Amino acid sequence: MNLSQAILEALESLSSNKMRSGLTVLGIVIGVAAVIAMLAVGTGAQDSITGSISGIGTNLLFVFRGAPDDSVQNSKPLTMQDAAAIADPFAAPSVQMVAPVIEGGFLIAAAGEQVNTSVSGVTPDFFPLRNFVIAEGEPITEEHLLGRASVAVIGPELADSLFGRHDGIVGEDLTINGQPFRVIGVWEAKGGGMFGSEDNRALIPFTTAQTRLIQRRTRDQVDMLLVEVVDSESVPQAVDEVSSILRTRHRTDVGADDFTVFSQQDFLQTAATITSVLTIFLGGIAAISLLVGGIGIMNIMLVSVTERTKEIGLRKALGARKRDILIQFLTESSLLSLFGGIIGIGFGWLIAFIVERVALASGTPFYPRIGIDAVLLATIFSAAVGLFFGIYPANRAANLEPVEALRYE
Amino acid sequence: MTEDWVVVADDLVKTYKMGEMEVNALQGASVKIGRGEVVSIMGPSGSGKSTMMNIIGCLDRPTSGSYMLDGELVANMTDDQLASVRNRKVGFVFQSFNLLSRQTALFNVELPLRYAGQVENRRQRAADALISVGLGDRMTHRPTELSGGQQQRVAIARAIVNEPAIIMADEPTGNLDSKVGKEIMSLLLDLNKQRGTTLIIVTHDPKIAEQTQRVIRLSDGVVEDDGMTKGGAQ
Repeated sequence: MNLSQAILEALESLSSNKMRSGLTVLGIVIGVAAVIAMLAVGTGAQDSITGSISGIGTNLLFVFRGAPDDSVQNSKPLTMQDAAAIADPFAAPSVQMVAPVIEGGFLIAAAGEQVNTSVSGVTPDFFPLRNFVIAEGEPITEEHLLGRASVAVIGPELADSLFGRHDGIVGEDLTINGQPFRVIGVWEAKGGGMFGSEDNRALIPFTTAQTRLIQRRTRDQVDMLLVEVVDSESVPQAVDEVSSILRTRHRTDVGADDFTVFSQQDFLQTAATITSVLTIFLGGIAAISLLVGGIGIMNIMLVSVTERTKEIGLRKALGARKRDILIQFLTESSLLSLFGGIIGIGFGWLIAFIVERVALASGTPFYPRIGIDAVLLATIFSAAVGLFFGIYPANRAANLEPVEALRYE
Repeated sequence: MTEDWVVVADDLVKTYKMGEMEVNALQGASVKIGRGEVVSIMGPSGSGKSTMMNIIGCLDRPTSGSYMLDGELVANMTDDQLASVRNRKVGFVFQSFNLLSRQTALFNVELPLRYAGQVENRRQRAADALISVGLGDRMTHRPTELSGGQQQRVAIARAIVNEPAIIMADEPTGNLDSKVGKEIMSLLLDLNKQRGTTLIIVTHDPKIAEQTQRVIRLSDGVVEDDGMTKGGAQ
């Protein structure tokens, strides 16, 4: 018996009980569709998260005070002098731009609404550095810095909660910690970021924050330095340059840095790890349903072997070897799961498509991605399920004694 | 009587375990059948005639004793070797036809050739076998579309397609009315005459037995009587 004959015979046998074959295939369809859809949603989530991290600004370094593991006591704060030293193109040729940030949480009030949120004192460089695009009005300028102006650029989400809208609010007044400020601009929505929503915060001139809102022990202390690197290949080099400048300035011991330089790549890596664990977890749950589908195949094949005992006996009487019977039943079970696999891939794609539509309709740009690897995985896995769960029933059929099988009614 | 033996079974013993009890189906039965003979095996139920048929047809192995079919010692063969011997040397005709009901007559007859690994002329040989049993115009019919007699003819075509040494027929007319039964018997006897294939019929019907040349009677697992019929003695 060659393979095409075996497949033809198996097809005829499966089609003779369409209802049963269909229900068995359904188990595999659900399993494979679940695996495909879950992997697609997982990879989509990964894309979406890494995309939003990249949206923070590429080639970006974050410099914080304190060692990464809090092991160094009495760390020196970062200062404006540190920022100026890092911005020196001779000391740090890989650095393009440095933006100091000073941050605090305050109560913001306007038109009878109150919101507790984060307020950052920033320089004009902050906006291009973090890819903040002004939707209306203007960003913070050098004049605002020099004049310590009481002006604020706010996020669209904050605008919504204060004024109930996010356009036409330039010129409105609000108070931060009881002090009056005027809104001079609103930026375009950025979506969720690593530190919660980026759109629910207010930005004010650095000097205004330093003198009027955020009191620090040393006058020129800053909370964070944003450093833009000339290009993404130079990021490791820039980390080294920034670190060595700060080590010299802070006179730290070797291996006892009192600051942390965190790069965009570190964030991406962390996020990728989290989302791939998520994807594996979702895929694993879906794989369980594929397993259940496989057990369904085994069940039906066992029933089929019992029903066809007499046929098996006859085939053996006519000269079928064990191998012939084994191949016959394995072909049937593999075909069942292969059909299930193919239909399941289609269904999985459909589910992923629906998820995408629903996400878009609710305003989240989220694109589930069906990789060729997921399709291959599902196909191979479903065929393997058919083979694995087919082996026991097929073996049982192959090992039937011809005399007893022929006598079976 | 020729000295060309097809079946040489010596001192066959077959013991089944039924729970604690041991049942001796055959207790030292010896049989020799020559090439081209037409033999019937008779006996009441429990006499061991089914066991005898299974061993002669290579469906089963004796517990002890030796058995040679067409020059091959089969007593100690593996399952797959036995399958090959059945495929090449034995054609079975069953009481209940045992055709694959979903497949055409042609496919059913082709089946032994498929298991023989025969690819060339397979269809032609199956068609020839169907023509020789008088079903040349029913090749693409399925068993459900055929009468009982026609179904048994398909089964006979299937039995002869591999040109076996012996045809084992187990109550071949048991499920047929007497008129059709007669036709099937004369077909089997004609095939024996034309092709010289040894024909062994297991039956409890004396009318069938007297159409054969020789009757072997089994009782309690031994050969009780082995003799020529009137027809065979002539």
